[in-house]
Amino acid sequence: MKSIKNHLSLILALVSILFAMQTLTVTNRSIDAYKEKLKTNYSLVVVSNTKLDIKIIKKKIPLVSEVKLLKVDEAIKKIDSSMSKKNIELLKLTLPKFYKITLKKYPTPNEIETIKKKISLLGNIKQIEDFKATYDVTYKLLSLFQTIVQVFSIVVFIITSLLIVKELKIWQYKHNERMNIMGLFGAPKWLSSAVLFRLAIVDAILSSFIVYIAFSYISSSNWLSSKIKSVGIEVEVFNFTDDFPILFVAAIILSLILATTIVFGHKEEV
Amino acid sequence: MDKVIIAKNISITYDKQEMIINKASFTIDSGSFVFITGASGSGKSTLLKSIFGALKPVEGSLIVGGVELKGVSKSKLNLLRRHIGIVFQDYKLIKEWTIDKNISLPLIINGYEKSVIEQQVETLLKHVRLKHQSGKYPLELSGGEQQRVAMARALSHNPIMILADEPTGNLDDYSAQLIWNLLEGANEQLNTTIVVVTHRIPQTLNVDYKHFHIEHGQIHEVN
Repeated sequence: MKSIKNHLSLILALVSILFAMQTLTVTNRSIDAYKEKLKTNYSLVVVSNTKLDIKIIKKKIPLVSEVKLLKVDEAIKKIDSSMSKKNIELLKLTLPKFYKITLKKYPTPNEIETIKKKISLLGNIKQIEDFKATYDVTYKLLSLFQTIVQVFSIVVFIITSLLIVKELKIWQYKHNERMNIMGLFGAPKWLSSAVLFRLAIVDAILSSFIVYIAFSYISSSNWLSSKIKSVGIEVEVFNFTDDFPILFVAAIILSLILATTIVFGHKEEV
Repeated sequence: MDKVIIAKNISITYDKQEMIINKASFTIDSGSFVFITGASGSGKSTLLKSIFGALKPVEGSLIVGGVELKGVSKSKLNLLRRHIGIVFQDYKLIKEWTIDKNISLPLIINGYEKSVIEQQVETLLKHVRLKHQSGKYPLELSGGEQQRVAMARALSHNPIMILADEPTGNLDDYSAQLIWNLLEGANEQLNTTIVVVTHRIPQTLNVDYKHFHIEHGQIHEVN
């Protein structure tokens, strides 16, 4: 019981930090997946009086993925099907060219402005439609969500770090006593602090596995997967090969910092 | 006879202002039984702390087991301490370790094999009449029993010297007598040097002993 108590306080603090870290990762992953989805749906429409050189556009604006000239035939047919062939051809010649520009990634509002500026310098551009109204709301919502999660994670990290500092003082008191006694019998520093390091490493391993189990359970639950699918994206909540090593290393580093601080803060009692 | 402790004009202080021990000199022979007495606050425990290197003399020379303690390195001090057994009035047992593991501490530090440690711990537990308490934690034992564990720990690695600070100060008569018998036994049978700091020398002792008294920072031998 005593032994469990010794471990529990550090494990709880470490689990909170790792949980916040993984939540942040999942959030970033979801936002990236959603941006990817938006990217495929998002495009700019450019209206030009003259034909544009697609190669030049791609060269001048590296963010551009594809430039497609839109066919106007269908639109003309809809206007008036009784129009003579000659008139249709004449209309085609007088109509401006419509281009659909798709991008390599979901752009920021600043990037859209830069793209528009560069396109407008290309030549005889009549109009650029960026669908800004819809786009801005979505982008701001995503940014807000990401900021909230980041702030939340930082707050969790600060509070948990404070808990760890408090825990450090308790550990310092408890381990100082043992290290002092061992020192009386000539134990070298590595031996008198070995218990502490073992405890710290065991706690780090346990914490990473607790978080792994928790996230494995969460990712297998229908509740979350249905929520993710409802927004039309697919997100891996926990990837063992990618996420576990990061969490494990973070837990080990944090607990080793704690143990090292105690060992180097130790002074022999006189 | 070899000298296990040689102190020449040593001065010991905590704060560099008031000297607890002031330019004192004495020697302790190897294999002897020594009592250090003095009034409360006279510096008995301070002197003992100096002998095991927790408090270094600010002047003079203090040689313990052939090691000059003034300016001694931590690693050299650790080596010396591995040959000394210590007993305190407040036992200084590791609470989260069983009494068996507490007894084995000096053996672990000295790198003994597990089988040797187990055998030695068993022998010592019988010796201090605590075999029936094996596997328990210090706080599950009475004060007298805890001091017997501390005594077993001090004896476990057959040290060249045992330093004891008021070892029977808080004990019942039975435990106190057992502690004195163990110290006598180690001195007579193993030729271990025993240095005991105490208020009162027990009357029931069967060994020849040397008596030093501390007063006003000076150490005098009492005949």
